[in-house]
Amino acid sequence: MRWESWSQFWAMGGYGVYVWGSMGMTAVLLALEVLQARVAHRQTLAQLKAEQAVAQSSVEELM
Amino acid sequence: MKNINWFHYAAPQTFYGLAARVWPWFAVLATVLAAAGLWLGFVVAPTDFQQGEGYRIIFVHVPASWMSMVIYLAMAFWSVLGLTFNTRLSGMMTRALAPTGAMFAFLSLWTGALWGKPMWGAWWVWDARLTSELILFFLYLGYIALTSAIDDTRRSDRAGALIAIVGAINVPIIYFSVKWWNTLHQGASVSLTKAPSMAEIMLWSMLLMALAFWFYSVALVLYRVRTLILQRERHAAWVHELDEVKP
Repeated sequence: MRWESWSQFWAMGGYGVYVWGSMGMTAVLLALEVLQARVAHRQTLAQLKAEQAVAQSSVEELM
Repeated sequence: MKNINWFHYAAPQTFYGLAARVWPWFAVLATVLAAAGLWLGFVVAPTDFQQGEGYRIIFVHVPASWMSMVIYLAMAFWSVLGLTFNTRLSGMMTRALAPTGAMFAFLSLWTGALWGKPMWGAWWVWDARLTSELILFFLYLGYIALTSAIDDTRRSDRAGALIAIVGAINVPIIYFSVKWWNTLHQGASVSLTKAPSMAEIMLWSMLLMALAFWFYSVALVLYRVRTLILQRERHAAWVHELDEVKP
């Protein structure tokens, strides 16, 4: 192991703010992007389902 | 060798199913590679004799910068296909790539600023490498703004394709900026012609992270393009037949 303690690991030899600021922003943005893509996909599916339901019920009314 | 009909896969209907089958594998690979890269980079890799522990920013900075350039080239590639063959998928792929590319361009600038401050004493300098990367970020934003401002899909795809193709000239400028001009930014860490200018273990962690970012991008773009296909093909019969769409 390169690090003797967790506090030493987080301190990054005095560069903690810079190293964790970089890693943290990367992690946050990647997570947000994944989340956004999932929400957009689910919303689209829900919308298409709703449209289909409306289309079907109007067909049934015509019968 | 069997002749592959690429246009078959370029049909949105086929691609929708193909992307669904493929993206989870890329997501798994990206996760495994990132875990390995981070472990190698933060546990195994030694302290740098010049930059102490601060150099570890390289494990996200270089991969993010590479991806910001690769994704822009991929957008230009799809745009050329779109303009020449008029395939519907091209516009959707270009559009699916843009947000991820913009994010990596931003990360490149952000992690660069956080690296520049302790090493150069400045968050930002108007150096050729930094400035051309900033222009790349603006090109992504310009592409997204332009394509979302035009309602007609075909016109919007064409306008976007032009930005993507014309803007691609900026990518080699970014790449060679450290050679062509005297920049504060250091030269290439890895090049095809020379031995890499870094310790092997550091290099491996960086390459693993780069591969992880690459697979992440493929997974996410395939996922996102499926949403776009559904939105654009909403009136097509095959979309109404999908299990996930049936009411």
